[in-house]
Amino acid sequence: MSEVGTARLRKEDARLLTGQTRWTDNIDATGMLHLAVLRSPMAHARVDRVDVSPALERPGVVAAFSGADLAEGMGSLPCAWPVTEDIVLPDHPPIATSEVRFAGDPVAVVVARDRYAAADALEAVEVEYTPLPPVLDLEEALAEGAPLVHSDKGTNRCYDWPLRTGEDFAEVRRRAEVTLKRRYHQQRLIPNAMEPRAVVVTPTAASDEYTVHSSTQIPHILRVMLAVVTGVPEHKLRVVAPDVGGGFGSKLQVYGEEAITLAVARRLGRPVKWTESRSEGYLATHHGRGMIQDIEIAANRDGTLLGLKADLLVDMGAYLMLVTPGIPILGAFMYPGIYKMGSYELNVTGVFTTRTPTDAYRGAGRPEATYAIERIMDELADELGLDPVELRRRNWIRHEEFPYTTIAGLTYDSGNYEAATDKALALFDYDKLRAEQADRNQRGDTVRLGIGVSTYTEMCGLAPSRVLRDLRYAAGGWEAASVRMLPTGKVEVVTGTSPHGQGHATSWSQIAADVLGVPFDDVQVVHGDTRAAPQGMDTYGSRSLVVGGTAVHHAATKVVDKARKVAAHLLEANEGDLEFTDGVFSVKGSPDARRTIQEIAFETFTSHDLPDGVEPTINAGHLTDPDNFSYPHGTHLCAVEVDTETGQTRIRSYVAVDDVGRVINPLIVEGQVHGGLAQGIAQALYEEAVYDEEGNLVSGTMADYLVPAAPDLPEFVTDRTETPATTNPLGVKGVGEAGTIASTPAVVGAIVDALRPLGVRDLRMPCTPERVWQALKEASA
Amino acid sequence: MTRISVKVDGTVYQDEVEPRLLLIHYLRDRLGLTGTPIGCDTSNCGACTVDLDGASVKSCSVLAVQADGSEVTTVQGLARDGEWTALQHAFHERHALQCGYCTPGMLMAARDLLRDNARPTPDEVRHALEGNLCRCTGYQNIVRAVLDAAETAEQGVAT
Ligand code: FES
Ligand code: FES
Repeated sequence: MSEVGTARLRKEDARLLTGQTRWTDNIDATGMLHLAVLRSPMAHARVDRVDVSPALERPGVVAAFSGADLAEGMGSLPCAWPVTEDIVLPDHPPIATSEVRFAGDPVAVVVARDRYAAADALEAVEVEYTPLPPVLDLEEALAEGAPLVHSDKGTNRCYDWPLRTGEDFAEVRRRAEVTLKRRYHQQRLIPNAMEPRAVVVTPTAASDEYTVHSSTQIPHILRVMLAVVTGVPEHKLRVVAPDVGGGFGSKLQVYGEEAITLAVARRLGRPVKWTESRSEGYLATHHGRGMIQDIEIAANRDGTLLGLKADLLVDMGAYLMLVTPGIPILGAFMYPGIYKMGSYELNVTGVFTTRTPTDAYRGAGRPEATYAIERIMDELADELGLDPVELRRRNWIRHEEFPYTTIAGLTYDSGNYEAATDKALALFDYDKLRAEQADRNQRGDTVRLGIGVSTYTEMCGLAPSRVLRDLRYAAGGWEAASVRMLPTGKVEVVTGTSPHGQGHATSWSQIAADVLGVPFDDVQVVHGDTRAAPQGMDTYGSRSLVVGGTAVHHAATKVVDKARKVAAHLLEANEGDLEFTDGVFSVKGSPDARRTIQEIAFETFTSHDLPDGVEPTINAGHLTDPDNFSYPHGTHLCAVEVDTETGQTRIRSYVAVDDVGRVINPLIVEGQVHGGLAQGIAQALYEEAVYDEEGNLVSGTMADYLVPAAPDLPEFVTDRTETPATTNPLGVKGVGEAGTIASTPAVVGAIVDALRPLGVRDLRMPCTPERVWQALKEASA
Repeated sequence: MTRISVKVDGTVYQDEVEPRLLLIHYLRDRLGLTGTPIGCDTSNCGACTVDLDGASVKSCSVLAVQADGSEVTTVQGLARDGEWTALQHAFHERHALQCGYCTPGMLMAARDLLRDNARPTPDEVRHALEGNLCRCTGYQNIVRAVLDAAETAEQGVAT
């Protein structure tokens, strides 16, 4: 029986369900000290004086350091994606020395024997600040004479990144029968992985060697970067990501606290732990989105798209983190979506502000792109008097046209937008809901029905290394795997990906079990430890299965090829005469002559009778560098009921039909879609990082920032079509971000659709009852 | 320092604690029972939910001294002799956990619900879990799991 495609229950669950977990904050070590961070209470200020000595008087305190104390030997935190040659790259000290640039910027640390003592002693640190003007508005920040976030740089403009392809857009605009312009706002979001960040550094006595446990998505990248930032040589650093409680991009980072904790443990020669509180995390863990999008679309009256122009102003926050400038560039190629057009023009402008830095958050650039194109397609449909689904049909790439190179220059290898859309429409009962909507509008019902559609695609499987070079990303996009056959025939699969809830141990076991013909339960997956799994590029951007899973497939195939050589020798047959099925090598025509792959593993262990020149192992490793991205797609439909008297929105039904290529484990795929939907719907309806005019984060705790709870979300109807990817042997495309990317425009589109007859043309996210109510008032005024 | 005596997952502990020590820190840092995690500092997330004398509480909003003389059950005390409860089985079978960080709290809150309401509706489950946030699952599979467990519990399996 094939493992791939089976809804295997997860191997990961047992310890998570019984509390036998290994979260970073669970780690304890003899003599361990607790580190607490004092943070700037202001968005922007000069640091005139920091005196940590009063903190040293406090009970339990062992040491305290200002930024200046720690500066020696510490480099700038890395930005690995300088997207243009002339990008402004400010210095980014892990802890501020002379100026703080966002509320939450670290200024001093205290180290004590327990966490309460450390937190208490922060109060005793004396800091004097001279306030400087905050920089908050993206457009004002670019104006002449605006206060500067980094005064030594002379500008708040971080970079301009243009992309122009096809016909000149100005020309197309002149010729078009219809043009539309819209401005969309991508509010700042706080990722809110349920596990707060934590790091524990344990020195090995007297040898300048360190084990760093961190709740990170990227142990391998972190190891390199920590070596660069702190000067601890890379071979003396072991980074372990134990159980990690979610990331969604927010743990795809090299954080100041990781470098600081390492530096302090090194100075003190003792294990040190830092764990963020949720409120601290709201200030100091990177945020997502934060963008103003000016979108213009040109079309003919029959709905044929001609061109698209997008101008993006992107809030970098105060500093460039690991991939901050690259996030909108990931989206840049996705604005044309699944549609054919002859002209595309885009300009991205990165802007510094005195707010928490932004970086990757579930979907990273692609949700923003999809939102813009899907929302403006709705507006165009309205303008032309077309059904929004019909407008999409007239423009999308038809399934017989794949592979198709889009106006943005990407080659979509496979897809079938018709099939996914037809399935979604049927599940949703589109026509019936449209009829009900018309009826309610007719009656002037105070509760209006609206329907939103999103026909999205995304770009997963990050990424071909050569493409990354062209985009000026400072690393490759390969992934590593190795497969070890143990003497008893059991299997260890070592992966360079680093899961934090995605179930790799289960899916990777399924892949390896199929190739090797061994039982699923005989496979163990090893990950998240740079010593046990020395090579890898880690987990983000729905790349793990597409790149990492493919590497597992290839490594396992190599094991079988090696085993075949040994089997041929033992069976005294030609390799070409051997068949391999369900883990058994047999000689064609003489079925009794057989050896199992487990027997071969044992033979190589004893090495008593190996063919000449064959190494005594059938273990194998493989590094995969993908040829292309992968392009999952799908159609999501959302029906909402909006109470025009209260502004309250209720999701009445939600249908998601996704095509993520071949499915390894349907249970896991469905779970990933659900989680993604929750995050995308939350952007549409609930979440926003709000700052006051001084630059303080107003939504600074879970009490003020609305993370949806169970009653806030609907039942989802999910289904799928399966159009295998043609660019990897598994046919997989990636699924982690699909739900997030597709759902935000579907939900907002539905609300606008409900209120259009009442004169509402657009809404700013999140579409809270108050905003909806205000929009209705303005429309009727 | 105050003297307390608490029975946690079947074992009695006698300790001297600071009056301000939170129950969650007592469980995690003093007893080493790290199965119950912490997700916030404002009693909003529910990750730290445990059972205190038959009621589910957020252990970050209870002082260790308040638990004096009480009986506490954490996720680590749910399985008996290695036998999972119906809820644990149902969470596994329904894929009601991904990263698993919210799971201990979810299990404890769901257990409390089923004690009061043996056959809840989906809406009742959603409302009962309102104080427990999950960022991975979209809640749907959690709700399904609780409904499944309710069904098996009727057949006499412990939740
Ligand atoms: S940690 Fe107790 S409710 Fe969040
Ligand atoms: S499973 Fe990750 S937070 Fe619930």
